[in-house]
Amino acid sequence: MSVSWSFVIRVLAVGFLAVVIQVAAVSQISIFGVSADLSPLVVMSVGLLAGSTIGAMMGFGMGLLVDMMLVQTLGVTSLLYIAIGYWSGRLRELRDPAHELVPLGVGAAATALAGIGMALIQFLLGVDAPVSLLLLQQILLTVLVNSLIALPVYAAVRRALNPALPEDPRRRRRRRYTTGGLSPLKRPSEGLGGSVRSVSR
Amino acid sequence: MHDKQVRRRRAVLVLLVAVALILLSAYFGEAGGGPLHSVQRGIVTVLSPVQKGASTVLTPVRDVAGFFSSTFHAKTEVAQLKLRNQKLTQEVAQLKGAEIQNAQLSKLITLNQSIGVSAYRPVAAHVIGSDPSLWYDQIEVDAGSSSGVQPNQPVIGQDGLVGVVSDVTPGASWVTLITNHTIEVAAEVQDGVGDRGVLQPSVGNPNQLVLSDLPHQANIQTNQLVVTAGFRLGKLDDLYPPNIPIGTVSNANQVTLASSGQVQVTPTVDLRHLDVVEILTNPRPGTARASTVP
Repeated sequence: MSVSWSFVIRVLAVGFLAVVIQVAAVSQISIFGVSADLSPLVVMSVGLLAGSTIGAMMGFGMGLLVDMMLVQTLGVTSLLYIAIGYWSGRLRELRDPAHELVPLGVGAAATALAGIGMALIQFLLGVDAPVSLLLLQQILLTVLVNSLIALPVYAAVRRALNPALPEDPRRRRRRRYTTGGLSPLKRPSEGLGGSVRSVSR
Repeated sequence: MHDKQVRRRRAVLVLLVAVALILLSAYFGEAGGGPLHSVQRGIVTVLSPVQKGASTVLTPVRDVAGFFSSTFHAKTEVAQLKLRNQKLTQEVAQLKGAEIQNAQLSKLITLNQSIGVSAYRPVAAHVIGSDPSLWYDQIEVDAGSSSGVQPNQPVIGQDGLVGVVSDVTPGASWVTLITNHTIEVAAEVQDGVGDRGVLQPSVGNPNQLVLSDLPHQANIQTNQLVVTAGFRLGKLDDLYPPNIPIGTVSNANQVTLASSGQVQVTPTVDLRHLDVVEILTNPRPGTARASTVP
């Protein structure tokens, strides 16, 4: 899978914009008493669209940027986002889920992983993290809010990256099936002619 | 080909995780002025104008979202604040009540000390009921025969004489106030010579008392204190210990005084705002004065 410079630039722009918008606006909007977190959703979206390696790299980069801009311990968010990006990409590579609601479920899982993982790492680093029911409630509410915006965020990321997405044999194959291309389940003699007939009817 | 891809993917993952862990360890281990901290500060410095600009640009979006969010929460917040306000109002009412009661008890203690009431075995009682009529001449208190209360025992309040116990049950008593028409008290004006008379309610004005049977030549002035005489006067078999304040002279018309021997007296006790009273369960503590015939 070859990656073009256009794709790299688009991914960097998406990541940078997402972090800036997150810090400058989204984190200051309270919904149900919590703020949405765009970063894990963007990493998840890139992983689902571009695969595990690019997802993990995107996660590392965005995590590092978040840690830089929020003056946090460097590497903590990167570690979590690497897992999110890699896992989302592997899901795409192994299962290739085509259902429209997949980003919603994966976004919720990614947000939960980010919230719980951050609390655990903070706890392990000796920071007095408030490990209480309130924290769990906050994480659950953030998961809920992020689930609500997961689909639009995924759609926006796909729209931004789609023109430059690396060519993937799986996607090419699926596109052929859905547009009446040659299916391995059909004999070559039935393939194109049958589809044309069904379309013309 | 596939193995090569897998190896490359795993290598990238391991590399990224290793770099993240190294960064984490190095950042956590170094001092505040270390290289990673400096780089972080530098990047924050570079990016802060971008962040500021983005914040300015996104202000309308933030405001609109904030407006909807605030509106969404407003109803819940109003309900919560109403509940809180209700609780605070209840607390304030309780504290105000306690403050009033405290003031009354303080005055009562002062009165006890000034007139030496302790010898009369006072029993403190809360007012738990009152006569709702305009005349307002009876109250119910929460001390009864089980506390040693008996009929005809005098009752005093924070500022002076309140009345006399008229009915008793084991747990409560009814007190007839000094404004009741059946009450007569032997009283003394503290005018220097101690002119004495009989105190009765004023007809047609339940908040006023009339001190009658005074000497016609008495020199009584307005605002002079009227206290219990503490002994039998004429037909009165006096129930009240001496020197308990009853009221002040409110109208001492010399012509009326000379012709009928009467002056107007305003009770010192605010009978409509009684919370705590004391019943003197031993009004004659072995003194001969209470039964002396003049």
